[in-house]
Amino acid sequence: MKDSNLQHQMNVVVVGHVDHGKSTIIGRLLADTHSIPDGKLEQVKATCTRNAKPFEYAFLLDALKDEQAQGITIDTARSFFKTEKRRYIIIDAPGHIEFLKNMITGASRADAAFIVIDAKEGIQENSRRHGYIMSMLGINQVAVIVNKMDLVGYNEQKFNEIAREYSEFLGRLNLRPVSFIPISAINGVNIGARSTDIAWHKGPTVLEQFDAFELKDSRTSLPFRLPVQDIYKFTEAGDDRRIFAGTISSGTAKVGDEIVFLPSGKTSSIKSIESFNTTEKKKASTGEATGFTLTKQVYVKQGELMVKASDPMPLVGARFRANIFWMGKAPLIREKRYTIKLNATRSSLKLVNIINVIDASDLSSEKNKQQVDRHDVAECILETLRPVAFDLVKDIKFTGRFVIIDNYEIAGAGIILEKVADQDSTLHDYVRDREFSWESGTISPAERAAIYGHGAKFVVFTGDETTTKDIIATELEKQLIHSSFKTYYLRMSNVIRGLDSDIKYGPEEREEHIRRLGELARILTDSGQIFITSVTNVDDYDIKTLQLLNSPHEILVVNIGENKFNSLVPDLNLEAGAKAGAAVEAVFSLLRQKKVLLDFQI
Amino acid sequence: MTHLEKLEALSVHILREAYREFKSLVMLWSIGKDSTVLLWLTRKAFLGHVPFPLLHIDTGYKIPEMIEYRDKFAKAWHLNMLVGENSSALGSHQTFPDGKLNRIECCKALKSEALKHTLSGEWPRKRFDHNLGDYIIDQNVEAFTGVIVGVRADEEGSRSKERYFSPRDKQNDWDIGDQPPELWHQFKTDFAPGTHIRVHPLLDWTELDIWEYIAKENIPIIPLYFNRGDGKRYRSLGCYPCTKPVDSTATDIRGIVEELKTGKFVNIAERAGRDQDKEDGGGLETLRREGYM
Ligand SMILES: Nc1nc2c(ncn2[C@@H]2O[C@H](COP(=O)(O)OP(=O)(O)O)[C@@H](O)[C@H]2O)c(=O)[nH]1
Repeated sequence: MKDSNLQHQMNVVVVGHVDHGKSTIIGRLLADTHSIPDGKLEQVKATCTRNAKPFEYAFLLDALKDEQAQGITIDTARSFFKTEKRRYIIIDAPGHIEFLKNMITGASRADAAFIVIDAKEGIQENSRRHGYIMSMLGINQVAVIVNKMDLVGYNEQKFNEIAREYSEFLGRLNLRPVSFIPISAINGVNIGARSTDIAWHKGPTVLEQFDAFELKDSRTSLPFRLPVQDIYKFTEAGDDRRIFAGTISSGTAKVGDEIVFLPSGKTSSIKSIESFNTTEKKKASTGEATGFTLTKQVYVKQGELMVKASDPMPLVGARFRANIFWMGKAPLIREKRYTIKLNATRSSLKLVNIINVIDASDLSSEKNKQQVDRHDVAECILETLRPVAFDLVKDIKFTGRFVIIDNYEIAGAGIILEKVADQDSTLHDYVRDREFSWESGTISPAERAAIYGHGAKFVVFTGDETTTKDIIATELEKQLIHSSFKTYYLRMSNVIRGLDSDIKYGPEEREEHIRRLGELARILTDSGQIFITSVTNVDDYDIKTLQLLNSPHEILVVNIGENKFNSLVPDLNLEAGAKAGAAVEAVFSLLRQKKVLLDFQI
Repeated sequence: MTHLEKLEALSVHILREAYREFKSLVMLWSIGKDSTVLLWLTRKAFLGHVPFPLLHIDTGYKIPEMIEYRDKFAKAWHLNMLVGENSSALGSHQTFPDGKLNRIECCKALKSEALKHTLSGEWPRKRFDHNLGDYIIDQNVEAFTGVIVGVRADEEGSRSKERYFSPRDKQNDWDIGDQPPELWHQFKTDFAPGTHIRVHPLLDWTELDIWEYIAKENIPIIPLYFNRGDGKRYRSLGCYPCTKPVDSTATDIRGIVEELKTGKFVNIAERAGRDQDKEDGGGLETLRREGYM
């Protein structure tokens, strides 16, 4: 293609305090580079004359009725223009604090940023807050525009003062601006063309700065990370490939590479790279939305992180220290459960501790805050319900950041600074407290067992075949009762419609179902019974949770069919489609072995 | 990666995200170039498969070649093809071509209303039966809560404000002032019961990108877009009473790309051939809020 250089495109965001001139700058830039449809400028000017208001370049960008009525940019608007070098998308991010989440949305898509500061008004709260957000979003190419120089008589002194003060601020965030540019958007000075008014400025104009930003992608040289977005098998369409699909967030992988999935730790190697309507691929790199098949089939859930065995490993843990930025209407508090979305995984999340809350506008910090309010930036300790795989943002930023969901909304965004040593989880603490204050009657468990003639046990059937599980559990209950053992088989559907009727059935809610089941087991095993239930596809962490919640009593895990646990060893493994009679016999002998049933009674 | 490769990757990522998160998902296929590119990207995302149904709203006034083209590819690509329409408005001749409504009202009746009620399952959906080779009434009347749409930000003002994942409330209303944040490939995929989501994988594409991608991938686009000897071609497709072809010498994709880059269309908006856009300044915005794409 003739203009192959135009195959490259850069997203540049323009931020700054409201009224400091973002829209004027963009409007002017589009006009100066002839990037607006013929007649549009005249049309907007005519409308202004008709309504007897002075023309503003900002009006060019105001495509929406709503927006014009309010007079402020409420959402990120995108404009397109190109230079000899490449194409650009300018993202106009609203400066008003009310629309911060829009600003973040716009800015997070950017390769580089301009921060606009009004020469007369000087650095404002939002100028600083926006600088902070740029650093948190990981945008490290930032240029600062000092606008409205006409209002300070194009005074170099004034410009230098702002540049000095703002550099010092950004320095504290480890952000070094690539340039400071004095301009007057209204007069078109130093946007596309220079002017004798600011002869002293030797740096780039705004347009030159656009082309001076670098569009390099250093991600390919980083370790390979593929958050597994989904696993496809389109069997009904006659396709037997089992495809691990996702977008490569860093690094490169090729056919034959040994790979590891985290947190499960399962290993395999790449058999093929799958794609549609391309030539055969042997290699896939950063940014590609791709798919892999594996040589050895492993059971892995969506959301795991696929990495190369030869690369530095990501961290796996449930607790970490992070910087978060809160956008939620309700504050972030300790008493509530949230959901974290990290790479392709989601998990239930708790705030363990607030280390300090930082005022993003001046970087002052407040140590004793008990909650994180809207627009606060906070350093805190978070805990996921089950371990997750991640990198530290300083090592690989793409796999070290996350969002927090509260009440269906993305309410917070964060970056991971450090893994926190595996102390006891909040669940451990909770169970310890619960047991500490558990009030028993005068009957001890031993006495109860002696009178009943058997011990208590929580028996969990799992595996993906619902029908056999239920048949076996039903049969087990019958035979135990007929042998005079205090037994109860609880079908999960009864819990869902009854005890759990206030919660939905979904991935996060599943954790709450499991929690309640564990509490119920604690009560029923305490009553001396053999409590049986069957839950489809529980994993290592579900069992650990049930075990912990059921303590001090014990759990027995019977797996039917393929064993999908990572490291947990079930007490009993039965083949898929096992006959009820034989299965029940196997469980009986296990119960005997565990001294739940005493021999002489059978 | 080139610019087109980046666009493709993000669109594929979004499609996969939508498929993973929404059980009751449908993709709108207008037969035009954008939604046909979207369909192609779906085959990219799912390695040759299209794992959710496609919905076409038939206004009864579509250029006949569009319907032929639709059914040809529904067969060839084994699509789960659904068709909806406003049969009462068509049956009682309450349309613009019948002289009963103005253009905007007509769009509202034949597109917005038809779309809304077909999505909700209140109005019958016809489904292409691959064994019979014909359409039958679909038994499934479950509401679709996730709708994938091929809108682009560069089309006009209101579309430049969208999110990749844009919520609509029960009334299908769109609250432009209060949209969820999207960052780092994380989108709003959690919804209170009763809300709907519009997914926009093509938001970042321009008209030129679409054509360059069609050329690169050799996507079999409907030939109405080309000048087939009469010196005219369609730049944007719709209903024949309201969509006029533009003068053009472009007989193939290369010609179109050339025309968009250097020729006479460089600075003329794509929908300039659509008459309903001209009737009032905010007409499209209004239609959009009501659900018309
Ligand atoms: N004197 C002067 N006024 C400016 C300049 N740039 C913008 N303005 C004015 O500042 C006001 C706010 O500008 P606008 O671009 O809407 O700011 P935004 O809120 O950052 O998008 C408008 O009234 C502009 O006319 C400038 O260079 N000099």
